Amino acid sequence: MKILYNEPSPLETRVLSRRFGLENSERLDTYLATGGFEAFRKALEIGPDQIISEVKTSALRGRGGAGFPTGMKWSFVPRNHPKPRYIIVNADESEPGTCKDRLLMEYDPYQLLEGMLIAGIAVDSRKGYIYVRGEYRYLITHLERVVEEAYSRGYLGKNVAGTGFEFDVYLHSGAGAYECGEETALLDSLEGKRGIPRMKPPFPAVSGAWQSPTLLNNVETFSAVPHIILNGGQWFAGLGTPKNGGTRLVCISGHVNKPGVYELPLGYPMLKAIYEVAGGIPGGRKLKAVIPGGSSCPVLRAAECDLAMDYDSLAKAGSMLGSGGMVVMDETTDMVRAALRIMAFYQHESCGWCIPCREGTAWLRKMLARLDAGIGTPADIDLVGELSKNMLGRTFCALGDAAAMPTISIVEKFRDEFEAKLQSYAAAGLVQVG
Amino acid sequence: MTFSAELEARFAKMMQSYPPGRERSALVPMLLYAQDEIGHVSEALILEVAARLNISRLDVDEVIGYYSMLHKRPLGKYHVQVCTNISCLLAGGEQLLEHAKKSLGIGHKEVTPDGQFSLEEVECMGACCWAPALEINYDFHHFVTPEKLDQLIASLEKVQ
Amino acid sequence: MAELVTLTIDGAQVQAEKGALLIDVCKARGIEIPAFCYYEGLALQAACRMCLVEVEKMPKLQPGCTLPVAEGMVVKTDTPVIHEARKSMLEFLLANHPLDCPVCDKGGECELQDMTFRYGLGESRFLENKHHVDEQQWSPVVFFDRPRCILCYRCVRICDEGVGVDALGVVQRGVVSAIAPSHGDHLECDECGMCIDICPVGALTSGMYRYKTRPWEMNHVGTICTHCSNGCKTTLGVRGGQVIRANNRDHSGINGEFLCVKGRFGWDFVNSTERAQSPMLRTNGRLEPVSWSRALMTVARKLNEVKQRGGRVGFIASNHTSNEENYYLQKLARQGLRSNNIDHHRTGDVVTLIDALAGRTDALATVADLYAAKASLVIASDLAQQQPLLHFQLRANWRHHRSRTYVVTPGPVRERKFAVKSLHAEPGRELDAVESLRDDLSKEPELVILFGDAIQGDAVRRLVAFGDSLGIPVKYVCLLDYSNSRGAIDMGLAPGLLPGYRPVAEAGLEPGMTIAEMLADASLDVLWVVGANPLRNARLAAENAFVVVNEMFLAETAQRADVIFPAASAYEKEGTVTNVCGEVQSLKKALKVMGAKTDLEIFGLVAAEMGIDLGPFQPGAVFEEIRREVRGYNVSLPVIATGGAAQSVPLNGRVPALTRAELIQSARDTLFTSGTLGRYSKNLTSVLEHPGKLYASGIETP
Ligand SMILES: Cc1cc2nc3c(=O)[nH]c(=O)nc-3n(C[C@H](O)[C@H](O)[C@H](O)COP(=O)(O)O)c2cc1C
Ligand code: SF4
Ligand code: FES
Repeated sequence: MKILYNEPSPLETRVLSRRFGLENSERLDTYLATGGFEAFRKALEIGPDQIISEVKTSALRGRGGAGFPTGMKWSFVPRNHPKPRYIIVNADESEPGTCKDRLLMEYDPYQLLEGMLIAGIAVDSRKGYIYVRGEYRYLITHLERVVEEAYSRGYLGKNVAGTGFEFDVYLHSGAGAYECGEETALLDSLEGKRGIPRMKPPFPAVSGAWQSPTLLNNVETFSAVPHIILNGGQWFAGLGTPKNGGTRLVCISGHVNKPGVYELPLGYPMLKAIYEVAGGIPGGRKLKAVIPGGSSCPVLRAAECDLAMDYDSLAKAGSMLGSGGMVVMDETTDMVRAALRIMAFYQHESCGWCIPCREGTAWLRKMLARLDAGIGTPADIDLVGELSKNMLGRTFCALGDAAAMPTISIVEKFRDEFEAKLQSYAAAGLVQVG
Repeated sequence: MTFSAELEARFAKMMQSYPPGRERSALVPMLLYAQDEIGHVSEALILEVAARLNISRLDVDEVIGYYSMLHKRPLGKYHVQVCTNISCLLAGGEQLLEHAKKSLGIGHKEVTPDGQFSLEEVECMGACCWAPALEINYDFHHFVTPEKLDQLIASLEKVQ
Repeated sequence: MAELVTLTIDGAQVQAEKGALLIDVCKARGIEIPAFCYYEGLALQAACRMCLVEVEKMPKLQPGCTLPVAEGMVVKTDTPVIHEARKSMLEFLLANHPLDCPVCDKGGECELQDMTFRYGLGESRFLENKHHVDEQQWSPVVFFDRPRCILCYRCVRICDEGVGVDALGVVQRGVVSAIAPSHGDHLECDECGMCIDICPVGALTSGMYRYKTRPWEMNHVGTICTHCSNGCKTTLGVRGGQVIRANNRDHSGINGEFLCVKGRFGWDFVNSTERAQSPMLRTNGRLEPVSWSRALMTVARKLNEVKQRGGRVGFIASNHTSNEENYYLQKLARQGLRSNNIDHHRTGDVVTLIDALAGRTDALATVADLYAAKASLVIASDLAQQQPLLHFQLRANWRHHRSRTYVVTPGPVRERKFAVKSLHAEPGRELDAVESLRDDLSKEPELVILFGDAIQGDAVRRLVAFGDSLGIPVKYVCLLDYSNSRGAIDMGLAPGLLPGYRPVAEAGLEPGMTIAEMLADASLDVLWVVGANPLRNARLAAENAFVVVNEMFLAETAQRADVIFPAASAYEKEGTVTNVCGEVQSLKKALKVMGAKTDLEIFGLVAAEMGIDLGPFQPGAVFEEIRREVRGYNVSLPVIATGGAAQSVPLNGRVPALTRAELIQSARDTLFTSGTLGRYSKNLTSVLEHPGKLYASGIETP
């Protein structure tokens, strides 16, 4: 038994993670012995239309953060196009709170490769790239070995698994830029440029990498595909709730006893995830807030957390399922500091292309630093909320929104903490409030 | 400029990885791997890479400052990167950073006088569930406590 | 005809071309959508977010600069939400922008100031420290003040897309992102200053102009650049009798927004301390300042004396003087002195082209044609260096219309970057290379052929025959060097040609001497050199000849003069000039340099002093005469009077072509040289790239 980053929980529904913990789970032999490449053969049999239709039926939605229906995205790629088509795996995993793609690549890389191959059949593509964030160097080295093994055993290259299907896989390293996780910035980065997002349309499906039709998905999204093809879209959909198919790797971090990555069906109750799967809050302290899907999501108050973890329920609660990075914060958490740290991140990562995000994140970080130090007036708290709203929905890409949303929610929901800081500073006679 | 045979082989492979005429795509990984070998993105490296990819030096300058892992100044032999982002923050990442500063006697983006260590406060490194986390060069260390950090530093000091 | 769609903008039904950008559609209807990063003709950015509008059924505000209009679209550009959005965008922009407007060069013509005035917030809510970086000098002509930069990327695009130089980029990221020059801390480029012109704020400033004046203290005079033959309009900013800058303020003229380093910075010879400001007369072997009346009288007497005894007088005329001056000068020579010894430095074989076209009036391309033609062929010229506007046009045509360019040159040129085919041809072998393109060219729907001085005489005839044989409409541009090279030959500054390409025989005269013959004629009595420097590389055989020179600078030829008339430059006179494409445009007098007179005045006064009547010597009157008398010059007055360009249409019978190779030769000026004028422009000589090199664009020969 291999040592995992965290103990699995009996409450999990292990589909994508079912090989986690197996001895040599990353090896081809292990993969083949546990049903590997059966989905690929089946995919070749049923052909592109049927593949896409199964993925649609599965109600799989993108696991990278935006939650776009995967089957629909696949159907946008023009198959009879004069240019080659590319499959691109987004393994940039940099949304704070998220650390699941890592495990999928480390423990079950062939599952990802098989997902890419099936996507290759679906859109008639011969080449795939895995864009891995630069910090995951050990994974790039690891994947290089896996890909080499796959080639030498005939599971990549001219004649994949003896089927005559041809497919090449290449690895590409990032070098430290959250924005390169945004799909079009990723493409510019892949082309050797600054990771600046592109104008849409054209969408990558039509004109993506090197101006060719490109299918781009998250690691987890591709990893789900073999299961969908093998067991049917219906089956996968049935694991979750309507319109929210399957399971997700949920990364539970922060103030919990058993932080870790757990595979849970969509629609799983959030409180159960915190208190049962992740073992509850240390010291029996009280829950204060939860970031449900990575730091880009609006924060939920404890009282708002009694909900099912699916796209629709979270949208109703005014937040998002995002990338699956669930950050649990207990009553000791300093929310002003949390807001500052989150804004500092977006300021650091803003690509600088558009005015509201470039200037907004910088200004907001400065203001939040000041408020965190207790300097300012209640009007400054309002200004933080207002500037965030001025950014929201007006930036070039979603990073601006990602910076605005958590901030707006924290200012609204935890205003008292900002005021308390100002009060205590004022009480110390250091500044006048009012 | 000459690189190790291993790195040259890697470059050669990179050049084959992208569609014909799109060799520029190798720019960012090339710089990063070359930096790993020579310690930083030097002036000579900029010109070398520009020449190999048939692009202007400005094209190279444009990406260097964009990617936070590319450094124009030499890093320490061991580059200690401490995450203080939200999950790590909740698990004591800031205290860990402070401790690292004290133990190493250097601040953010500084290098020890002997060139052995450099320190950087970094953004989320994808280790949130095992926070607080840090990376030394490319090695991840999870659930790091100040004591564990001191042990790590001590063991690396021995290696030299 | 493109498909039309109907949409609603601010409640009004509007028809527009399907796919047109909303911002353009609005502009055409007088509705302003504010924008910084949007710039017509350059790549779309959607970065400044000033142009956000409300579109029905779209949840978020949409950038009008990238939104294609579609059937049934309902747009609002004037709602409280939009006003608030614009206000907040400006607030973000001003957060780090230094409010040094009182001392900023751009103050008074700054788009950020204007936008803040119209759409902005009255006061700043930003209390934190601003991010400061010191100003940087990137070249003698380009300075960069980073805190003022709003990152609209216009400069990056105009340099890369517009000029094809790609000398500017963006470094760093986020709030510290900055525009950066090609070589770390300095620029190596065309030094055209297009980046300065296009900058909406005071981030990029001109080394010549910075901190010199406020824009409203200048007079802005739109005239024609006096350097190369392309005929760009340039607006001179003049204060206190000094030119302070040149740019294209209103983007009018055939060059639109374009200007090269010469047009933008090469005007400073005007203010040179070395300008001749008093007539000079050689007395006891030395040139001494004398009064105008003394100088005029001396020359008039000398000419009358030589005329009476049937002596030999020769005129070497200029490539820079106006059509009126040229016309008047040849009248002075032919009518006044019965001499056909008149010539000028000819830089391209227009004469043979006109002859070979044998009367066709639709076969000469305009500058605008170069932007519209489906295909073009460049022969034996480094356009980016020698014909900057023509290069810009071809490039823009390729960018916007994917036009097809073919290149036949002796070395690498910048057009090769976008040409569909580029051939290398040693001098003399160009037409063989052209012949090898026959199949490709004959498949084109139309073609413009531009050729340099290497194609002359018979080669021009063969080229035109080749063009005729393609079976498609073909137009030609015979490339020339200087601002009025074309006007010089059109006005008959040639020993065998009267104005309008009429053979001298029509006036009952024998052809006179060429420049070379005049210089070699030991019995020449008087040589009058106007705005030219033939003695720079040649000797005057007639050692006792009386030499008269009209000049701005005491260069080699002037040093040999007996009388020097200080001449006014093109920026100091009225009149017209004709560019390389035969387009006639008018000069506007921007200033007066003390002591100097226009060449027209000088000719007129000498004629009057000689007692001969050549008619009035006011530019307007002479131009009227040209329009009446010179074939092809009956151009529209209103067009010219309002600053437009009217193409002349030379129509001819057989022209006695001057085919001797040594008579036609380009001076091979680069982007950074301009004959004698260039030598006296400190601005031009100060840049790193001076003097430049032809066929050195560093692109491998395919
Ligand atoms: C600022 C920003 C950062 C992002 N980072 C990532 C990332 O690290 N990994 C990822 O898969 N998707 C990321 N995304 C989402 C991608 O743009 C894209 O939606 C996704 O990769 C598509 O794959 P999916 O449909 O499988 O989710 C990011 C988006 C934004 C706006
Ligand atoms: S919102 Fe604008 S500045 Fe921010 S990352 Fe996206 S494009 Fe760049
Ligand atoms: S927050 Fe530190 S690794 Fe994610």
